[in-house]
Amino acid sequence: MIQCQNVWFSYDGITSVLKDITLKIKDGDFVGIMGENGAGKTTLVKLFNGLLKPAKGEIFINDQNVISLSVAELSRIIGFVFQNADHQIFSRTVAEEIGFILKNFKYEESKIQAEVERILQQFDLVRYREQSPFLLSGGERKRVALASILCAHPEILILDEPTIGQDAIEKKKLIELLRSLNENGVTVIIITHDIEFTVEYLPRCILMSNGILVADGPTKYILANEKILKEASLIEPQLVHLCHLLNFESAVLSIEEMKTRILEYLGGAS
Amino acid sequence: MPTLRDINLEIGDGDFILLSGPTGCGKTTLCRCITGLIPNFHTGTMEGQVIVDGLNTLQHPVYEIAKKVGMVFQNPENQLVAMNVERELGFALENLGVPAEKIREKIEEIVDEFQLNHLRMKAPYEISGGEQQRVAIASILILDPGIIILDEPTSNLDPAAAEKMMFFLKELNSTYKKTIILIEHRLELVVPLINRMIVLDQGELVLDGPPEEVLLDEKIQQINIGLPKIVQLYKVIKEAGVNFEKIPLTSAEFAEALQQIKGGR
Repeated sequence: MIQCQNVWFSYDGITSVLKDITLKIKDGDFVGIMGENGAGKTTLVKLFNGLLKPAKGEIFINDQNVISLSVAELSRIIGFVFQNADHQIFSRTVAEEIGFILKNFKYEESKIQAEVERILQQFDLVRYREQSPFLLSGGERKRVALASILCAHPEILILDEPTIGQDAIEKKKLIELLRSLNENGVTVIIITHDIEFTVEYLPRCILMSNGILVADGPTKYILANEKILKEASLIEPQLVHLCHLLNFESAVLSIEEMKTRILEYLGGAS
Repeated sequence: MPTLRDINLEIGDGDFILLSGPTGCGKTTLCRCITGLIPNFHTGTMEGQVIVDGLNTLQHPVYEIAKKVGMVFQNPENQLVAMNVERELGFALENLGVPAEKIREKIEEIVDEFQLNHLRMKAPYEISGGEQQRVAIASILILDPGIIILDEPTSNLDPAAAEKMMFFLKELNSTYKKTIILIEHRLELVVPLINRMIVLDQGELVLDGPPEEVLLDEKIQQINIGLPKIVQLYKVIKEAGVNFEKIPLTSAEFAEALQQIKGGR
């Protein structure tokens, strides 16, 4: 579980990038964090895994104050997949990249081999085993980065913009994987600008703007609320926009619901 | 296995093209062929030929082709090399041996046009992802190429900034008559602005035409490139027996079409 209590953060000691953030992410939650560029999304999650320390306020991971935990200790609980895979991968081969974290955790060699093999299969990366990760496409490098984090079985998984460079099939595969991890108890936190992806797949949404937490709740309410979206400088999802243009009383986010509404609006199918 | 297979394609001046297809289908590779980076820089084997504004990429070096076609990479960080934004903007011109006075003049013009004055002395790593993308585009446009290729230019941008970027590209296309070739997975942002959509799958060109036609083609279902919600809704409503005059590409067009249908009943 992650708990933030009145958290403030500043990089330069002058401008606050996070302002009085209080939130709770329970075990097994599946959360999207959205907001404009510079809203403080990435900064917030870097506080969770100890890469940054709060200026004021407290953060608890599994009831332990992050101040009392080292980054190494936190990395055994929280896996963090960077926005740019190139900031994270560095090994000579894909297999080495995936096994790196386990080596660091001092796993036995035979266990590392078995786990790397399992992950290569799971992520459809077997054919790239001995290849340099830097020769793969952008989307594939992202997959290697995620695979290398999941190898260590984190309790909490944070992904910064995982859908960039991913086509529809890969997005679907990614979400299926994350859902199955989530069903097995992994808490999943996704930072994304992809509003249609959030609408479709993420049940809870946290909106940030200018370092402030603007809203936190079920995606279907938050991303259908014109006022909240404006506050977070976000553009309405296409279906929500259509609902507003047609003066529907409330907005819907699924194609099926929208179909029913439209047929009602037209007075039944012709 | 070839990354691209027997591609035949003609891109006209002033086209605004979306290049689409699943990850790994060859989109970026095709763009590298157009810039001449393939075959001049990247390793591999190329058959056939690419002619850019009269220059055969097999016979002309990249620096000559760079005057005709500029490419903004998927990750702008990989393309920004100078100590600060101002030097970054002048980098390509310096490389081409343009006199210093002329370079300064050009930098002033582009700084004004892109409103980059507040960033000019900052290092590329000190500015945000969105700003990096603007600087990368400005550093390409300073050469005034007729063709601009952008590989996922909105990937680091929030939805509002992404929309702004798309309108900017539209302006480059309509006002400055630039040919734009765009790789972008967020189709809902792009399809209202383009005049042509090209779809690649497993290295082959499978669809090429106006977005209104390509988005409704049976083949696109099999490739599954993730249609915009409005297009998905259009298909469902049409199947329910509602007839539209043409496929709407935005929420506004959809609302207008429904209001007309309702008014006509």
